[in-house]
Amino acid sequence: MKDKLLNIKEEAISWIREAKDLSVLEDLRVKYLGKKGQLTLLLREMGSLSKEERPVMGKLANEVREAIEKELSLAKESFKERLKREKIEMEKIDVTISKRSKRLGHRHPLQATIEELENLFMNMGFSVIDGPEIETVYNNFDALNSPENHPSRDLSDTFYITENILLRTHTSPVQIRSMIERGAPIRMVSAGRTFRFDDVDDTHSPMFHQIEGLVVGENITLGNLKYTIDVFIKELFGQDMKTRFRPHYFPFTEPSAEVDVSCIACKGKGCPVCNGTGWSMELLGCGMVHPKVLENCGIDPEKYSGFAFGMGVDRITMVKYGIKDIRLLYENDNRFLEQF
Amino acid sequence: MLLPVKWLKDYVDIEDIDTRELADELTLSGSHVDSIISLDRGIENVVVGRIESIKKHENADKLSICTVDVGREVLTIVTGAKNLKEGDYIPVALIGAKLPGGVEIQKTNFRGVDSFGMLCSLRELGYEDSVIPKYQRDGIFVLDREYPLGTDINEILGLYGDVIEFEITPNRPDCLSIIGMARETAATFNRKVKLPEVEIKDEIEDIHDYVEKIEVDEKLCYRYYARVLKDVEIKESPLWLQTRLMEAGVRPINNMVDITNYVMLELGQPLHAFDLKKLKHNRIVVRTAKEGEKIVTLDNVVRDLKDTHLLITDGEEPIGIAGVMGGLNSEITEDTSVVLVESASFNEKSVRKTSKSLGLRTEASSRFEKGIDPNLCKFAAERVCQLAELIGAGKVVKGVIDVYPNKMEEKTIDLRPERVNGLLGLNLSVEDMIKYLERLELKAEKSGSILKVTIPTYRLDLSIEADLIEEIGRLYGFHNVESQPLEGVLTRGDKSFVRVVADKAKTVLQGLGYNEVMTYSFISPKAYDRINVEPNSPLRRYIEIMNPLGEDYSVMRTTLIPNMLDLLVRNYNYGVKECYAYELGNTFIPKELPLKELPYEKKRLCIGMYGEGDFYSIKEAVEILFERLGIYGLEFVPERDNPTFHPNRTARIIRDGEEFGIIGEIHIDVMENYDMDKRIYLADLDFEKMVEHTNMERKYKPLPKYPAIVRDIAIVVDMDTTVGDIQKEILSKGAGLIENVELFDVYTGEQVEKGKKSLAFSITYRSYERTLIDDEVNAIQNSIVEALENKYDAKLRS
Repeated sequence: MKDKLLNIKEEAISWIREAKDLSVLEDLRVKYLGKKGQLTLLLREMGSLSKEERPVMGKLANEVREAIEKELSLAKESFKERLKREKIEMEKIDVTISKRSKRLGHRHPLQATIEELENLFMNMGFSVIDGPEIETVYNNFDALNSPENHPSRDLSDTFYITENILLRTHTSPVQIRSMIERGAPIRMVSAGRTFRFDDVDDTHSPMFHQIEGLVVGENITLGNLKYTIDVFIKELFGQDMKTRFRPHYFPFTEPSAEVDVSCIACKGKGCPVCNGTGWSMELLGCGMVHPKVLENCGIDPEKYSGFAFGMGVDRITMVKYGIKDIRLLYENDNRFLEQF
Repeated sequence: MLLPVKWLKDYVDIEDIDTRELADELTLSGSHVDSIISLDRGIENVVVGRIESIKKHENADKLSICTVDVGREVLTIVTGAKNLKEGDYIPVALIGAKLPGGVEIQKTNFRGVDSFGMLCSLRELGYEDSVIPKYQRDGIFVLDREYPLGTDINEILGLYGDVIEFEITPNRPDCLSIIGMARETAATFNRKVKLPEVEIKDEIEDIHDYVEKIEVDEKLCYRYYARVLKDVEIKESPLWLQTRLMEAGVRPINNMVDITNYVMLELGQPLHAFDLKKLKHNRIVVRTAKEGEKIVTLDNVVRDLKDTHLLITDGEEPIGIAGVMGGLNSEITEDTSVVLVESASFNEKSVRKTSKSLGLRTEASSRFEKGIDPNLCKFAAERVCQLAELIGAGKVVKGVIDVYPNKMEEKTIDLRPERVNGLLGLNLSVEDMIKYLERLELKAEKSGSILKVTIPTYRLDLSIEADLIEEIGRLYGFHNVESQPLEGVLTRGDKSFVRVVADKAKTVLQGLGYNEVMTYSFISPKAYDRINVEPNSPLRRYIEIMNPLGEDYSVMRTTLIPNMLDLLVRNYNYGVKECYAYELGNTFIPKELPLKELPYEKKRLCIGMYGEGDFYSIKEAVEILFERLGIYGLEFVPERDNPTFHPNRTARIIRDGEEFGIIGEIHIDVMENYDMDKRIYLADLDFEKMVEHTNMERKYKPLPKYPAIVRDIAIVVDMDTTVGDIQKEILSKGAGLIENVELFDVYTGEQVEKGKKSLAFSITYRSYERTLIDDEVNAIQNSIVEALENKYDAKLRS
């Protein structure tokens, strides 16, 4: 009996170890441990054993059963594991392939610049205000103290709709509107389309964009203006950028200044882009609001002072991204737009 | 404005300052430097020579062989020039000489004759055609007199040092002169200006023997100052005068004209010289033109005059247009012997109007337009006489006629020192302020707590306190003003709701793959024909620009569609496979035409695309966009009558009876107009209506606790029955228990009768209060089928 049991164990284990798949294992389980399996049948012969032998054999039989079961379960696990490995191997893909089916759209670079600037100024407490593209001659020129004979008023410089209505030549009329509507104190910024009678070429476009800022309050100084400009130039172009204020002339500010910024290409070292000067010239115009302009808007220039600044968004965008031809901004070529 | 540094040094001592520093400092004090031009053109070994003999080249008709004495040696040089004679002094480029642009001179053989150098023209010496005198234009540059042979030509022509080009702002006409820039230089470097001393050595006879009288229109001519020169001999100016003019960008003409130009450049006063003998009467009358009067100007053009034009006349005939251009009838010519020198000041607006209406802009008119100090007239005229005497152009006749009815006096401006510091953010002492003002020749006297500042009449730009504050500020240096953060009550920056919605809409569209585009606000009126807008459509009530750049940019758009189509077609033609674009922009809606008040600027949102997708792709984008703006319940109502759109693939977007825009495929006729063979889908939306209905508020709705029951239903209906109507019908029978109705199949073909289609929907039922039971869902399904049978003649498919 003992020999038989040990034989069954040995035989079963060796078969299990040679088994090739799960169904063979199942067959082997039935063959040895099933209701009519070899071990079961052998145990039925236990009755013929002596009282002394019975518990010994019983124990041995259980050990044999457990050993076979253990071997079966090990074999099963290893089969499953192998199948899983095989499956994983089968699932190999070429990860170098790109299948771009989803695309994100792009903001127009001009709009991106405008939003960047607006957000920056909003953080400094400026309100964002929009104004109309078609304006009165009064708001565009007269209220801004532009001399009656100023050449910018000519038909060769400005698009007119009627004698008194025109396409705004700058965003400055929004200053006038804001001062009249809101009064002092005021901090506002306004960006938008502007128009001048220029034929299209690499650097000119009859429609372009400006952004304009205005601060009116008590004790506003040229130092405040410099601070504000410095902050935003650094924010827009980088902390290592310098600004240079040069006295200039605008009818609506007094004193007036133009601002040069370190050459974007060489950061001020001097290179062919900046003719060796280290400066990107005339990026921005600014000044202290002319007392007549304040008066025209019903603000007492004795009590309040203010500063204003304005700049070409197109120019800034072009300098920032290294775009050489302004026409690209209005052609809306997808291959251009998707670069930003 | 070209400023030769050599010339500047005549009036202000800046020997210790190099050009770079000069330019930088002037820039920082407010004179904007455009560029620095070096007069040193790299010319080497070009010397003065004298032509000893000229003979014809035996083998070449067009060449001559010269022997030229250059001091050390006599050279044989072959030239093609025709303007030479023996004894002429000319520039000779020796063997090994360098000319501008790096040209190097070598020994050359011309048809058997060796040439040991080259005779040079002004052009070869690097002068621009625009400044080369007519008499020097063809051929070799012949010097005006004898010079030591072998002298370096750079020395004779003054080809060293720099010229600084300035961009002078329109408020500073006084800076359009060497003296004006000398004043700026002196103020910037805290030095003194030396004005030229005017002294006439010899005066003869009496001006009244030559000019009877001068009368002026007081309103339009502030001052008329005249002097007379006699025994005038018209010829070339001496070379020093010619080179100065050329350096400043002015072409020498003859001695009289050159002197007036020289003084204009030096002092800023435009001057004119009349040939007095050509006048019918010895009088000058400055008056406005009579209607129908004519004058032939110096440029040989007949000018029809109007009664607004101010003329210089001899009391009868016009002899010049005041401040603009002289008349041909009184022109200085070679036989001129008596000259009247006019140094006048005319009304700025009058000159501007005249120049504009005649389309004639001259150096003089552009200066008069900006304003000329009447107190300058005398100095300038005297300076002309001095120079005429100096270079032997003529003799000065004694006496002047000076008509100056209302003398312009210096004015004073009150300046409050605390205001200076207040506006600039500085802490200057009153004494410092006075010093800065005095550097600009502005006398400042303390009077109590204020300063009384006297303004020289040439400073036409200074009229209010702020102007003086700027003067102090710019000499102190804006760059030296310290930055100061803004102080005061903290305000929060905000933006309008329209802008908030715009930002949101753009972000959503960006996420959907649409690129933002920006196109011109003005379009061609033909664009309306291209998109097939009907003749009487309100879209054609557009605003026209009075002076457009051309038809393509001549009307303010009332729709964004043409620009969108243009750019999509352009991209397609560039070979871009698919293009998704949107523009948020204004359209311009007039209240009445012609415009009396500002139009309504209506914001529209135009979304366009071509590529893989179809109508449903762009519809999906629009649906998502509206959803994200919190606008629900849109209906898409088929639209057949919009001529821009495909009649069977277009819908109006409606919600509660309000129209939000149109969406569809572009009409095949329009596509033909654009020569486009790829279908375009487009949505044109009323952005302002969208803003009005935008609801950014979101409320949490509990997640469903009970399971859903999904049932499919397939029906056969007429081809024309819309899915939208069926879905609406299904929902209306749902007793509030239908969560979703989704179309999952549309079929036409063999299995279905002709003219019919099969639609399959998947209906999701759910209650938020309880678990639904089959019976109640079955009941609803039955009522749906019944309703669809009755209303749409639908047949249930099994």
